Amino acid sequence: MAEQTNVATPVVYIPDNGRKKGSQKKNKRIANTVIYIVLVLISIIWIFPFIFIVLESFRVDPACQVPNPFFSMSGKPFVWGFDNYAVLFTDPKYPFGKWYLNTFIIALFTAILQTIIVLCMSYTLSRSRFKGRKLLMNAMLVIGMFPGFLTMLVLYKVLSSMGLSGSNSVPGLILVYIASSGMGYHVSKGFFDTVPKALDEAARIDGANRAQVLYKIILPMAKPIVIYTVLTAFMAPWGDFVFASILAKADTDGYNVAVGLYKFISSKTTRTSKYTTFCAGGVLVSIPVSILFMFMQKYYVEGVTGGAVKG
Amino acid sequence: MASYTDLEYLKLPKFRRFFLKLWDFIASIPFRLLVLLFAIGRFFRGFGNTVVGIFKTIVLTWKYGDYKTRTSYFIMGFGNLARGQILRGVLFLLFEVAFGVYMGTVGVYYIKDLGTLGTVERIIGRGGKIVEFGQNSFDILLYGILTLIFIVALAITWYMNVKQNKIAQEILATGKPLKSGKQDLNSLIDDQFHKTLLALPLLGILIFTVLPVFFMILIAFTNYDAGHYPPNKLFTWVGGNNFGELFSSGGSGFGSAFGQILLWTLIWAFFATFTNYFLGMIVAMIINKKGIKLKKLWRTILVISIAIPQFISLMYVGRMFEADGLINSLFQSWGWITEPLRFWTDPMWARITVIIINIWVGIPYLMLITSGILMNIPADLYESAKIDGASPVKMYMKITLPYMLFVTGPYLLTSFIGNMNNFNVIFLLSGGNPTNGDLYNGTAGSTDLLITWLYKLTVNNQDYKLASVIGIMVFIVVAVISVIIYNAIPSMKNEEDFQ
Repeated sequence: MAEQTNVATPVVYIPDNGRKKGSQKKNKRIANTVIYIVLVLISIIWIFPFIFIVLESFRVDPACQVPNPFFSMSGKPFVWGFDNYAVLFTDPKYPFGKWYLNTFIIALFTAILQTIIVLCMSYTLSRSRFKGRKLLMNAMLVIGMFPGFLTMLVLYKVLSSMGLSGSNSVPGLILVYIASSGMGYHVSKGFFDTVPKALDEAARIDGANRAQVLYKIILPMAKPIVIYTVLTAFMAPWGDFVFASILAKADTDGYNVAVGLYKFISSKTTRTSKYTTFCAGGVLVSIPVSILFMFMQKYYVEGVTGGAVKG
Repeated sequence: MASYTDLEYLKLPKFRRFFLKLWDFIASIPFRLLVLLFAIGRFFRGFGNTVVGIFKTIVLTWKYGDYKTRTSYFIMGFGNLARGQILRGVLFLLFEVAFGVYMGTVGVYYIKDLGTLGTVERIIGRGGKIVEFGQNSFDILLYGILTLIFIVALAITWYMNVKQNKIAQEILATGKPLKSGKQDLNSLIDDQFHKTLLALPLLGILIFTVLPVFFMILIAFTNYDAGHYPPNKLFTWVGGNNFGELFSSGGSGFGSAFGQILLWTLIWAFFATFTNYFLGMIVAMIINKKGIKLKKLWRTILVISIAIPQFISLMYVGRMFEADGLINSLFQSWGWITEPLRFWTDPMWARITVIIINIWVGIPYLMLITSGILMNIPADLYESAKIDGASPVKMYMKITLPYMLFVTGPYLLTSFIGNMNNFNVIFLLSGGNPTNGDLYNGTAGSTDLLITWLYKLTVNNQDYKLASVIGIMVFIVVAVISVIIYNAIPSMKNEEDFQ
């Protein structure tokens, strides 16, 4: 910011111009140096937990109680290796491979079905004008103001009476995730609103019915929003803890990765002994999810601000 | 403001302007209430008109109807079948039969006990043998609501059936043919396409959101808790008693706990929203500043931290601040401290720690969101400000901030409400701890938000009645805040119109 301080009245100080330019340059350099220092500090603060998780995941030192890759209370040097990763896939008490597979299946089905539902909902609300459309949107706004956890008791009871809890909680979770996903139509409705209506009308004049307009004209154009919806729907189940833990209860076969890793670190008996295992599991979960997120971040910004700007 | 012209208004000192605005807002409240009352009145008048219209249609259709139409009043779909619209007729008839079967077998059983929610408790005799199977209040309430929904659905379908007969009669009177079943099916992918698309999503929302929410609202008027847990103990209606507890005074009562936690929830939401907003904007401005190199690198580093699933980073960072965690052991080994710092054990420390860690969580998101908008601010605004001799701070206050508030106003509202309900950050970092015995017998901790308290009451204490009272109160708070802020935003738009 300092670069702008001395520019105010150059005409008055013409004789000093040379000196001023020099100090201006110097000021600018100092300011930039300060900014670089701040940026490096910020980078360290934001990145070091992740470097530590990765280091930690390769640490083989169950004797060391301190969750810290550089310091050993026992004074012994550390051993580095893949043991934590091996434990994840061999310990029958903690079937991490099963959890990973569960989460992947949930994420896959959720991504496909949720995308279909959200697209149906948002396309209709954007394009069709029917009786009760405004009422419907307002009703969903009001319903959405209730905290979602309010419903968990009922959903648990209903799903467990259908036999979809415990070790069978995978289909139950898919059902919970997709059933209400129609309420999250705002971002993609915002997208459809920007697609010109003249396209629809042109196709209608050429004799296409509304279904054909959707499949042949709109969907091919809606690729960005489809990608965005698929990716967000795919990523959400990897981090969902609440419904997954309620539905699975104590049955480790029905866990997803979030519940499994939470159990590692929250239970009193395993919170230090399984600490490095938690980190290894965290790394394995983070790899696919981070790659997908980096891929969709530009859509993310459009999604958040696109709806916000219009209000 | 009516007594001032724009120019006079701008000349006023700042605080006078602020008070004028405040006064305007307060003075407009009665008017707004009046508008609201009129809107409610209009709604009821419209509703009344609709009801009268419906009855008129029913009576007149009977009066002018032929025998086909009149039979349809009792056998749904008869008119359609008799007039050759087989598909519609069969569907109507099937619905009526299904409804009759449902009501005859289970519906009556649940709906007759809806007033008491069951009276026969399960009796378990010697050796764990069930002597009397008993009723289940939970099932009675849930299926009772479902049955009521069914009845409403039947009423609507019956009315549709009557109206269709009327329309069919009118069409036939003009000599035109009726729509065939094939045409009906075709219209579902054409002019009735919205019905096809909305059917499945709305069914899901109805069963998995509307019905449970409605059910839980009703639970707030019962005594459903660990002591009344069916089938061994039944629960029943208690009227507004649970809401009465909200106003109970006393040291560790529900009312005082609710007040304290609501206050902390609002404080948390305020700080979590605005610290993130301003610090994130500053970071974005630093990275966007002219002459700073490696912009992409700095941005990517911040984005990586949100690319990793939040529950992993939150659990890891929360663990870092524990008594035997990374921070404390580092400081101890460097000899800076002898006792571990009380990050999660002291109420005040814990509250400040969650806010600070939340800054760490939130800045990358805000950096992502704001940098695009910052770049969109027209550069000529800054240039002319520079020529007029404005300082960087002044430019920020007069150009950047108003512009940002204008564009991101709605986002701020949603993020404030999102933070009020920010379960993940609180639950995975502090778990709501340290526990506080004053908060309703220690069911909540010092950093618990209303939403985590609701979760704990449901999962740990099985105190469903109070959990649903909290849920309803959260809804009311969220609704009130939304209404107030939405009303405030248009005024902001008028003043700082950049478009």
